[in-house]
Amino acid sequence: MEKLNLFQKVWKQHNVGQLENGQTQLFVGRHLIHEVTSPQAFGMLREKNIPVRYPERTFATVDHIVPTDEVNEPYSDPLADAMIRELRKNCDDTGVTFFDVSSGKQGIVHVVGPEQGLTQPGMTIACGDSHTFTHGAFGAIAFGVGTSQVRDLLATQTLALSPLKVRRIEVNGELPPGVYAKDVILHIIRKLGVNGGTGYAYEYAGSVFDNFSMEERMTACNMSIEGGARVGYVNPDKKTYDFLKGKPYSPSLDNWQKSVDAWSSLASDEGCDYDDFVQFEASDISPTVTWGINPSQAIFIDENIPDPHKQSGSEASSTTEALEYMKLEAGAPIKGTPVDVAFIGSCTNGRISDLEEVASKLNGHKVKTGIKAIIVPGSQIVSKIAEEKGLDVIFKQAGFEWRNAGCSMCLAMNPDKLIGDQLCASSSNRNFKGRQGSPTGRTMLMSPLMVAAAAIRGEICDSREVFSN
Amino acid sequence: MALEKITQVSGKAVYVKGDDIDTDRIIPARFMKCVTFDGLGEYLFHDVRFNDQGQAKDHTLNDPRFENASIMLSDTNFGCGSSREHAPQSLYRAGFRAIIAGNFAEIFFGNSINLGIPCVSVTDEERVRLAGIIDSNPSGDIKINLIDYKIHASNQEFAFELRKGARDSLINGKWDPIDELLSKSPEIEKVANSLLYS
Repeated sequence: MEKLNLFQKVWKQHNVGQLENGQTQLFVGRHLIHEVTSPQAFGMLREKNIPVRYPERTFATVDHIVPTDEVNEPYSDPLADAMIRELRKNCDDTGVTFFDVSSGKQGIVHVVGPEQGLTQPGMTIACGDSHTFTHGAFGAIAFGVGTSQVRDLLATQTLALSPLKVRRIEVNGELPPGVYAKDVILHIIRKLGVNGGTGYAYEYAGSVFDNFSMEERMTACNMSIEGGARVGYVNPDKKTYDFLKGKPYSPSLDNWQKSVDAWSSLASDEGCDYDDFVQFEASDISPTVTWGINPSQAIFIDENIPDPHKQSGSEASSTTEALEYMKLEAGAPIKGTPVDVAFIGSCTNGRISDLEEVASKLNGHKVKTGIKAIIVPGSQIVSKIAEEKGLDVIFKQAGFEWRNAGCSMCLAMNPDKLIGDQLCASSSNRNFKGRQGSPTGRTMLMSPLMVAAAAIRGEICDSREVFSN
Repeated sequence: MALEKITQVSGKAVYVKGDDIDTDRIIPARFMKCVTFDGLGEYLFHDVRFNDQGQAKDHTLNDPRFENASIMLSDTNFGCGSSREHAPQSLYRAGFRAIIAGNFAEIFFGNSINLGIPCVSVTDEERVRLAGIIDSNPSGDIKINLIDYKIHASNQEFAFELRKGARDSLINGKWDPIDELLSKSPEIEKVANSLLYS
């Protein structure tokens, strides 16, 4: 029998046929929508009088624009308020399930999908959001798409796509203490580049990914887009099935073994072909921090900021541009860079295990005076679990603000924004110019624990030196 | 409705320098608080074009020499980051009908082709030459010919790359796939019914 990788098997199962231009018409089993990239798509359908083909395959939530410090509607931002009302109406009109703010299940779409059991191995999943790759952690093939494609999905449940090559990325060995999934993915992006993944699906594997929890796998898959890949996934295993067991939309327990057998059969075959293979050694990775204006511009906490004079060509000009924007000194240690804001949250690192890890270290520590530090749970369910465990009390006692669920300061479409050229230690996924809401605001990406350490010291530091327990 | 067959794009060009220009830079997130794409053109590259007080900064898109440009030249990995279609929509609504770059981030590329905006790739050396031509003769027309894969500028010719499927979709007026996707209804149903999940 032909040996195939998971990407090839899932692609084959969902292939509707070839389009005239040579692309594949791919069936997408799950479609997730949110308020920012869907209203225009519904508008296009209305204009053409096209119905939603499979409303039961689309699920909606609101995340990008929701304020995290006010609950009552109308929201003080009338534009945000109009967007949530539009989504509510579109879902009502078409029969799409909406995890609204009153449902207790609202949150960042990439946190909600897995926690509801909507994300399952072997599925094709799409959402009008580039961090949809998160769902690849379950062995799903997940695509981030534009709004016209959201329209295509609503109308036909299919996408016109070109096939991808598959690159297997193995990380083997033991991660040193204080090194997290975030550091692993930042390291991969740093080494392979922001556009190193063009034309590829990334299959993550090796002992580090085998040992990762589902939430750690989600953190890594989430940032595949920052390496230019079109898909990122991990083969499903027992951890995947255990995570999904009993979730609201998971297969019923009567059919459980049948589902597990089917899912297992989709994992990449032993000895199958890959278009490319890359390997990393876990012990080489240290806590990682970005210094620039794209996620590949990252260094270990003990390294010095790159010097463009020691580089050449476009690398040197990119470094110069980045350092000018970031107001950082070439060749200086990254450690000790003063921060103004600390943000823990986002679809990358706003899950319960992220919050538990931070809470477990905070004992006796306080956020430094003058630092604004906020923690935004990824969903209302994450928030509820955290509060049941008393994590909110630990955070507040340590001087963090504890907010309601949403995307918040990852992209600052809600009121949570940097002001002026504030520098933010952030557990989010993008450090682009102006990303956190101020055109001159500065972002440094790192793991949640490194953000917490920066909040306590008021500067970029090694979390292992701050938290000795 | 039949779509326009896009076999060539010609017009004035403007060079927006820089590698890795992300979609947040093309259209900052705060301007996405809208339920239609109308009006996005005016926010194109907003935060690099205007200061906090809304005054125009020194940027090629504010340079009157390049007013009414319909072709944008940029560098490598153009359109990386967020999948927001707001980025090509704002380019389109600001009058841009084609983009020349070193290469493109894939989601941006797909979104642009779906709107009928050719995204063509040229080498580093050719970009330098094209930038020189644009700067020395801002009012001169540049022509991108999708039939013969050539850019014509100031009596010079440049070969470009564009994935054949995308190029064919453009020249055959099939760049928006919705009608073809809709036409496969029975095949869609068949795949839907064959899956283990609903």
